[in-house]
Amino acid sequence: MRSRREFLATTAHLGVGALLAGALPGVTFAAAPGGRPFVVVILRGALDGLSAVPPFGDPDYAAARGAIAIGRPGDAHGALDLDGFFGLHPSLPLLHERWHAGELLVVHATASAYRERSHFDGQNVLENGGDRPSGSASGWLNRTLGALAGRGVDGLALGQNVPLILRGPVPVGSWAPSRLPEVEPELITRLRDLYSDDTTLSARLDEATRMEALADGEAPAAGAMAGGSEAARPYGGGRLKAIAETAGRMIAAPDGPRIAVLDATGWDTHAGEGGAQGQLAARLGGLDQVLDALRRGLGAEWPRTAVLVCTEFGRTVEVNGTRGTDHGTGAAAFLLGGAVHGGRVLADWPGLGAKQRYEGRDLKPTTDLRALTKAIALEHLGVSARALPDIFPASELVRPARDVVRA
Amino acid sequence: MIVPITTQSAIAANRFGFGARPGEIAAIGRDPRGWLLAQIKTRYRAPGELAGLTSSTVILASFLAARAARAAQKKAAAQDAAEDTGKDPGKALVNGVRELLLPHYVAQAAARTRIVLGADASFRERLVHFWSNHFAVSIDKPICLGIAGALENEAIRPRIDGNFADLLLAVESHPAMIGYLDNQRSLGPNSELGMRVARRRAAAAQAGDDTAVPGKVGLNENLAREILELHTLGVDGGYSQADVTTFAAVLTGWSIGGGAGRYAQGEPGAFVFRSGLHEPGAKTLLGRRYAEDGMEQGRAVLRDLATRPATARHLATKLARHFVADEPPAALVDRLAHAYGANDGHLPAVYAALVNWDGAWREEPRKFKQPYEFVYSSMRALEAAPREPKALLAPFEALGQRHWNPGSPAGWPDRQADWDGADALMQRIEWSVALAGRVGDSHSAVGAADAALGGLATRHTRSALENADSGSQALALLLMSPEFQRR
Repeated sequence: MRSRREFLATTAHLGVGALLAGALPGVTFAAAPGGRPFVVVILRGALDGLSAVPPFGDPDYAAARGAIAIGRPGDAHGALDLDGFFGLHPSLPLLHERWHAGELLVVHATASAYRERSHFDGQNVLENGGDRPSGSASGWLNRTLGALAGRGVDGLALGQNVPLILRGPVPVGSWAPSRLPEVEPELITRLRDLYSDDTTLSARLDEATRMEALADGEAPAAGAMAGGSEAARPYGGGRLKAIAETAGRMIAAPDGPRIAVLDATGWDTHAGEGGAQGQLAARLGGLDQVLDALRRGLGAEWPRTAVLVCTEFGRTVEVNGTRGTDHGTGAAAFLLGGAVHGGRVLADWPGLGAKQRYEGRDLKPTTDLRALTKAIALEHLGVSARALPDIFPASELVRPARDVVRA
Repeated sequence: MIVPITTQSAIAANRFGFGARPGEIAAIGRDPRGWLLAQIKTRYRAPGELAGLTSSTVILASFLAARAARAAQKKAAAQDAAEDTGKDPGKALVNGVRELLLPHYVAQAAARTRIVLGADASFRERLVHFWSNHFAVSIDKPICLGIAGALENEAIRPRIDGNFADLLLAVESHPAMIGYLDNQRSLGPNSELGMRVARRRAAAAQAGDDTAVPGKVGLNENLAREILELHTLGVDGGYSQADVTTFAAVLTGWSIGGGAGRYAQGEPGAFVFRSGLHEPGAKTLLGRRYAEDGMEQGRAVLRDLATRPATARHLATKLARHFVADEPPAALVDRLAHAYGANDGHLPAVYAALVNWDGAWREEPRKFKQPYEFVYSSMRALEAAPREPKALLAPFEALGQRHWNPGSPAGWPDRQADWDGADALMQRIEWSVALAGRVGDSHSAVGAADAALGGLATRHTRSALENADSGSQALALLLMSPEFQRR
């Protein structure tokens, strides 16, 4: 039996780069031509931005947050200082290193166009790029891929299936490590024939074989995957970290997809959220590791990379009755990477006093997240300004931020 | 176009049920609609596979006891910090709690799978899964790991053929839902306990003793919001943030029994109404006033929510989407919502309206199978299932749909785009090969195609099966054929 890799070498639609990447595991390529890498990490469940990026300098912060407030820099388990007013949660030391390297742009008091408090509608708006939950069946990143057609930029979902942000007319791949044995290439050929009248399944099959070829050269041995045989453990930080590192290498391969999306769930901290330690702290520590694994995987491509970390909305300013926080509005987001003009906090800080809040309870959003995503599309990905109204509809009044990446 | 009756039988088994077992299409005979409707007219009897499962009360009580023991041990360890060995005693106990719960999860999930694989009435089983997903809890929350299946077996399974209001009341007062959406400690600011805490806070503040200030307590709006958004009215159902907050106050006191000292109340692990946590007073929700009536106040709100037209429409849309098409035909949604309203939420009337709608019987399949549907129908078609529970459950995990683990209270999504990723397809191929390999080469794939798909198998697929290299390769091709991937 031929291996999948050899089989793929005979298929016509593959570029030479992917073949090399597959044939020479572990070889690091010099910076590849083509588009700059861009990765979106979606934190589903609504990250508490006031804990991830505590505004310790705000006079109302400590009182509003009570038992879950993060201490000031220098306190035991205190915040990691950013600019004397904002800090990072103490579970984000690796991200703090990116700050010192000038590679981390922090955005605070930000929100999509969505102003209600449903996770699912909120995620829809975040991903479809418009102003309504049901505004569009395609994602803004897929429309971005459309605007970049012909420039060698492909999309990849890091998971078995494709999230809304990447769905749309441009075909994208998906990849996740498999614990099942590979199948004989001959069966793939037969399935290709069986799917010849089925446009969806044949397109998926082509994408799948292409991504497997990339991953074959890049995936760690199965034993390196966290998870093992346990039947009930959710895909935790360990597995996500392994996916992130492999994904970084896939993206960095000469023919690799340049745009990828990674989902991380579990941020809906209604009860027992914890402060410097506890439930959210553990999640953030995992995220810190995942982002660093992605950086290591990208290797020589990191200086050309931007990674957006975002969530559907923020959480209430006040702690609720069960030592957690309920659904809010204004959130925090990160843009990190070697290409990012970092070391800055982008925030028009509204304050945390009762009268300064949105509807008396949430952090007031003062920066439209699309100002950031538009800037990424323009500056980092090189999308033409004319394409923006299609990618981000109904947002004429949202002006792109400036200088979010280095020239 | 008139669909031949044998093809309609195949549609009954595959679109409405969990896939035909050998001989099933023939057994359905000439009355596929009657075959489906009979399944929901039968009086409920608990399937034999559920015998021997432990009740949610017992499982949850042991979980709460283990957690309390862990907390006590951690506290003791903190006091002994001077002789710290560097080990985290909490960690061993976390693992201990998991080991306590995991066997219950495995037993419940294996029982669920075996019920489906052996079911003659697989339309009924599909409805159980539908409602279980409508009222989703997820095992990534520790409190749910041992009792997610119990929610389905205790609250949902016996009530899918009654009134929606009864189903709703049973689910919202089940400890799995209370715990999943954090209601057990939600507390009214003016409740007995809320006032006591406020007095102690004030006293401590007056004494200037920061260390004696008790923690803040109050409402948690998670359960109230998700009942409105997901379980009843739907996200566009016309409620406001004020309705969410008021409903959360209505639901204060809906809790779980147990606790220590003065907080001990009710049977440990069972639902209990803790009047000391309940926010007193009349409350106005969605324009209706509800007098103070303890737990009855919440029950009254739930019963009213069940009668709202927005609820009828929300449920009708989800049912139509599940059985007919991702974007369900408006005529069908109207029809189901009307059946719901005209019959006071009596669910069998809604199912009958669905089954009797001609548009649901179009030959062309419009639903792409979710992983669990694909696994069930494959195992049913080939009559192949591992006996050992972990092996039986492994494919659900590998294909991305572990039982009761959607990761969100919205449940698993029900549209093709959520499931037809390229990598997902490759994992299905890999699993099909493995299953077909276990069945072996002696099984006739063409015969299996006739038995599973009847007239739905295309000429293209039949010829691919006939030309395959081996019997097991042909079976894998059958499972991965376009018509077997859809329903």
